[in-house]
Amino acid sequence: MQPIKEFEKIVGAGNVFSSLADRQTYAYDSAVLESVTPALVVRPTNTEQLGAIIALCYKLGMPMTVRGSGTNLSGGTVPDSPDSVVILTQGLNRILEINSSDLYAVVEPGVITAKFASAVAEKNLFYPPDPGSQAVSTIGGNIAENAGGLRGLKYGVTKDYVMGLEFYDHTGSLVKSGSRTVKCVTGYNLGGLMVASEGTLGIISKAILKLIPPPKASKAMMAVFKDVQNAADAVADIIAAHILPCTLEFMDNVTINMVEDDVKIGLPRDAQAILLIEVDGHPAQVADDAITVEAQLKKNNATEIVVARDAEEKNKIWEARRKALPALARRRPTIVLEDATVPRSKIPAMIQTVNEIAKKYDLLVGTFGHAGDGNLHPSILCDRRNKEEFARVEQAIDELFNRTIEMGGTLSGEHGIGTAKAKWLEKETTKATIEYSRRMRLAIDPKRLFNPSKMTSI
Amino acid sequence: MANLQNLVAELKGLDDKLAKCMRCGTCQSVCPVFAETLKESDVTRGKLALLSNLANQLIDDPKAVREKLDRCLLCGSCQSACPSGVSILDIFMRAREIAGTYMGLSPIKKAIFRIMLCNPKLFSFLMIVGRPFMPIFMRDQKNAPHTACAPLMKPIMGDRCVPVMPKKTIRELYGDLDIPTGKSGIKVVFFPGCMGDKVYTNVTEACLKIFKHFGVGVRIPNNLACCGIPALASGDVKSFRTMMAHDVEILKDIEFDYIVTACSSCTETIGEFWKKYAVDTKYEADAKKIGAKAIDINKFLVEVLKVDLTPSQTSEAKTKITYHDSCHLLKSLGIAKQPRDLIKANGKMEFVEMKEADRCCGCGGSFTLTHYDLSRKIGQRKRNNIADSKADIVACGCPACMMQISNMLALNKDDVKVKHVVEIFADTLGE
Repeated sequence: MQPIKEFEKIVGAGNVFSSLADRQTYAYDSAVLESVTPALVVRPTNTEQLGAIIALCYKLGMPMTVRGSGTNLSGGTVPDSPDSVVILTQGLNRILEINSSDLYAVVEPGVITAKFASAVAEKNLFYPPDPGSQAVSTIGGNIAENAGGLRGLKYGVTKDYVMGLEFYDHTGSLVKSGSRTVKCVTGYNLGGLMVASEGTLGIISKAILKLIPPPKASKAMMAVFKDVQNAADAVADIIAAHILPCTLEFMDNVTINMVEDDVKIGLPRDAQAILLIEVDGHPAQVADDAITVEAQLKKNNATEIVVARDAEEKNKIWEARRKALPALARRRPTIVLEDATVPRSKIPAMIQTVNEIAKKYDLLVGTFGHAGDGNLHPSILCDRRNKEEFARVEQAIDELFNRTIEMGGTLSGEHGIGTAKAKWLEKETTKATIEYSRRMRLAIDPKRLFNPSKMTSI
Repeated sequence: MANLQNLVAELKGLDDKLAKCMRCGTCQSVCPVFAETLKESDVTRGKLALLSNLANQLIDDPKAVREKLDRCLLCGSCQSACPSGVSILDIFMRAREIAGTYMGLSPIKKAIFRIMLCNPKLFSFLMIVGRPFMPIFMRDQKNAPHTACAPLMKPIMGDRCVPVMPKKTIRELYGDLDIPTGKSGIKVVFFPGCMGDKVYTNVTEACLKIFKHFGVGVRIPNNLACCGIPALASGDVKSFRTMMAHDVEILKDIEFDYIVTACSSCTETIGEFWKKYAVDTKYEADAKKIGAKAIDINKFLVEVLKVDLTPSQTSEAKTKITYHDSCHLLKSLGIAKQPRDLIKANGKMEFVEMKEADRCCGCGGSFTLTHYDLSRKIGQRKRNNIADSKADIVACGCPACMMQISNMLALNKDDVKVKHVVEIFADTLGE
């Protein structure tokens, strides 16, 4: 029997896409990489079908790439080869349970992050991870990439909310790990292993996610600095004063000017840094914390501090941050959005490094990101159709990663390794780390079919 | 195939616009078609990738790509949400035009655009000679959405419930209408559009009542053609230009301050597309002059006439009303507050917002003819939101939306009326 027919037997004829036009729309994700058109695209409509699909791929020897919404920034959802089968999870989009007594939810992998967060909010609960792509990204993809977001500093990232996972292994059998309880030591923490595994160890079919009570109040403010060092010192002092803002965002001079060019909201063009800070919690605590934060900002020579008095003013403050990526993205045809991350204290050094690299390779780079956790997004604005320019971009990225690692930082705070960053992996870790990972993968995936070229390729 | 080479060469011209897409996928979160099918080829990112591949000859099946492109309402939701600011509607319209040029049009579209819409006299004549036969086929459903169905025509029409047709068109009623300017000192041309002339004559009548009340002089020239948007959206630029030329010829010698429409698609077409497609033709200067005067009726009433928006006093029980944002009105013309204010000016109405008021109703012009199943699914979501609002009336600012929504309400046997905003406002003015 032809592969198409065999897959159709599992998922039904309407859920196997085999025309070239259809397949070409699953050849890319959000990463700036070459497209690879898969052999077939399969869309299961219930999680049991996942096991059967894996078993069939294993029988046929076809590599598998699992894809949620395809918003990955490191190529994790770009098919490995023209023989690949793309397995879509968007049809597996049911929220199975939101439990207000035990503070957890059970979801299928294709549930959209923002839809989940708002369903949780309707029950007056809170799911904090908020990756930039949350309006489209899936929970399955967030888990497979360990997605972060703006709230990382105080609330952590996706891994901090995974209580349990179910996934299908290479034989198509169901593996269960974790539980609906806060405590659970039943066997290996296989769920933990699946987090950030980028589709290389099995296919996630269900997740039990931790929920928390929402904060009752919040306060947002914006501070302007003439010097990046002052902004970084302010961040360090806020944390040293034992305050963990729920968001602590940074925009550099290039970004400030591009936002101002686009939306004219009155940002100071000569500022070298803007910090956008929000504290949340009990109303009394929020009021106290806001006063402390303001004092630390003043102490570190903030030239201007705006504290939002109501929801409308808060919205206005955040408008600048919301416009950062669009303002940068509109400047040139291609935006290479990096997420090299350094310890917080190294932010000024990182900004200086980025500026030096931009100058050296004659590139336009704007930097914004999560100052509270050292996860910045230097964004290189270019045109990938211009080969000469793009070669300079690649050299710049090489240098950026080398210098990030020298500063004790990491290649990727939240975007993943995929194929885009695989070649630097050994530099940050050790040769043994790569070999250990490969041996583990081969034991779990003997035919090398789970997203084989991603991360530590096998 | 020489045609394919030409098509590829023309698509290459879109390369700079296509390259702006950073493939973030944000369009997935707003696209009404994608929400129903969850297929990447149905969402803008996928379509742009295919166009780019076709231009770069990575796929040599323009027919397949065109089929994907046609699965789009041109609602503009993606363009409004796009972080990289890709000119999506420009790209899609141009791509449809290129496809139309090198691959032709379907025979039915050709017949509608080239024979009927390009010949307004013939179009009107067909309406008049066809009318006696209507009762044979059409059965008035005597329902709140005021629709008729055609059981005998099921093979052609499916289960569609269409608006009950008026006894006479505006053209038959008034011929060349010319009412002199009164106390407002303003003279307008009212462009009824095909729907306002032949289907929703009550909407045009409501506009005329308002104009009369405020002393606005009105001219409705006889024999205006369609504004051309159905042809343009299908890539038939030749027919579009014929209709535009026909209308510009009539309008260019008339003195007026504004050209007002009660159809946001007509407003956008006259205001934007006429002048764009008249460039380098002999109509360029006139189309530009006329386009600058195009204005939607909601905006005209609130911003030009500055009508009193204080709710009218009444002792009657209030009727619950909700409002649907038409895509062309909101996303193209940026009009959202004015129609709501006009509705609220009617003291008999209690205004409630429906969920997702700005989500496309699924009509998409000829999309509902060519992709009825999909259009119905999208329409069902709109209908559910209307039903959930518990409103007795749904108002909108575009006749195409009115037609789609009344079909959906009728199919669901809902007791909800469909009105144009001007009908609600005109009701406050007395006789």
